Amino acid sequence: MTEFLNFFKTLTPTGYLFLVLTALTLFSAIGVVTARNPIYSVLALIATFFCLSGHYILLNAQFLAAVNIIVYAGAIMVLFLFTIMFLNLRREDEESKTNLTKMASVVVGGLLMVMLITIFRAKNAQVTTVSSNTSFNPNTGLVEHLGGLLYSDYILPFELVSVLFLVAMVGAVMLGKREAGDRHF
Amino acid sequence: MDLVILSAKGIIILVLFVITLLIAAYSTWGERKAAAFLQDRLGPNRAGVWGLMQPLADAGKMFFKEDFIPAQASKWLFILGPCLAMLTALMSSAVIPFGDSIRFMWDKVSYEVPLQGTELNIGVLYIFGVVSLGVYGVMVGGWASNNKFSLLGAIRAASQNISYEIALGLSIIAILMMTGSLSLRSIVNEQASFFEWNVFTQPLGFIIFLTCAFAECNRTPFDLPECETELVGGYHTEYSSMKLGFYLFAEYINMFVSSAFISTLYFGGFHYPFMNEVGSALEKSMGAITGHNIATAIQFILFFGKIFFFIFFFMWVRWTVPRFRYDQLMNLGWKSLIPLSILNIVITGAGLLFNFKYASWLIAIVMIVLAITTTVKAPKREMLTQQS
Repeated sequence: MTEFLNFFKTLTPTGYLFLVLTALTLFSAIGVVTARNPIYSVLALIATFFCLSGHYILLNAQFLAAVNIIVYAGAIMVLFLFTIMFLNLRREDEESKTNLTKMASVVVGGLLMVMLITIFRAKNAQVTTVSSNTSFNPNTGLVEHLGGLLYSDYILPFELVSVLFLVAMVGAVMLGKREAGDRHF
Repeated sequence: MDLVILSAKGIIILVLFVITLLIAAYSTWGERKAAAFLQDRLGPNRAGVWGLMQPLADAGKMFFKEDFIPAQASKWLFILGPCLAMLTALMSSAVIPFGDSIRFMWDKVSYEVPLQGTELNIGVLYIFGVVSLGVYGVMVGGWASNNKFSLLGAIRAASQNISYEIALGLSIIAILMMTGSLSLRSIVNEQASFFEWNVFTQPLGFIIFLTCAFAECNRTPFDLPECETELVGGYHTEYSSMKLGFYLFAEYINMFVSSAFISTLYFGGFHYPFMNEVGSALEKSMGAITGHNIATAIQFILFFGKIFFFIFFFMWVRWTVPRFRYDQLMNLGWKSLIPLSILNIVITGAGLLFNFKYASWLIAIVMIVLAITTTVKAPKREMLTQQS
């Protein structure tokens, strides 16, 4: 018990922030799964994204934090909320809780768990050697550094990803396009 | 961080917060006065001199109204809605540079604190983040009311904000390309000389940004989320008392903040012609501390002058231009503003390649010529009525 308390005494303010943020992240992430109303679930997911952005800021990755908020919390989740509001799922939807879906979700969740455990066990040895306090470059997450890297070392993947996005956008327009003779709403 | 600097920062943030709230409160009075002036009326003139106590009277009335929550509404989200609207509105002014810096002596050590909530090197991205969150207050409140009209208003607000955010972001990218920084202070400092204000180098970007700012604030001509003729009161139909007050107040704070951003991004922020000469003259005559502080105060006042002009511009447009139809709004956003801003980025980039800063004028001139020719060629209104 005293060891546990001593652990808290040795923490820096950043350490406290990390603990609080982690607790909030876990709390809201659990809320996403347990909320009965889909709207509450979406709002909890937004809160989770905020906490993740807080973690990015603690790691001095301000650009990633801002983009995470803009893209996920600001655009994608708005569309999620938008769709769910239209569906109006106020009552419990029993159809989505058959035994088959329950079993499928257990299998998928278990697989994810196995994957995470293997990744962490494999990475554990490397993490301590790759980024220690001394070799960590605090400028890694800043915009200038990131932009330089994206447009020099990673230019090909970056351009390929933008082509991929363009293809997705064209596909979405194709699906949503009105054919000649279709009904105008 | 030193405790002295920290407390100085705290005082600056508190003062800016109070100023934001005061300006938002008096914008309601200003709006009614401007409306009255434009419609040849007197406007509020009962409470105090020229009706100056009207905002206080309104707030008092709001507080004493019955705070009603509909029976079928989702109670916590119904309360969360206006809180979110107010929170996101207040968050965005944190990164605006209101002036150069304040110098002071404390314990024989001299300090220099910039007149800004916080200096972020991703200031512009921070604004985008906060702007993109602004829609949650409206959406959550509109959905939680459990009213068809509120839901329709919320959905209109969401699709409008998402559509215009894209053009807003794209129009700023041209500025970022010219400045090479995401920090608002360096964007302001880049516009030190009068003819390098971004409104002169980026006229098209300015017009796109202004239009999108109107849409993001849900102001007329883009106030479809609260279109009375179709939706009763829009997303705040079910709201009463100070919760309604928060929604209305958030709109005025948004107006103030977007005026501040327009002045910062396009009108040189706290810069004015001959600022450096005035500053060095003041420092010579009154010493490095007092002179510098007075120079900063002049910048601060002139910056607010620019902001007030744009707040008035918002009101002026509101009482001049009628509301758009929803399909017109969407067509304007997706089919005109976004292609135009992408074209602006390309032209600005080409101009920067040849060190020519005013490339954006090329599109602006082409557009003006096109507009003139189409109006000249268009059949006259009288002729149309005679024929039919």
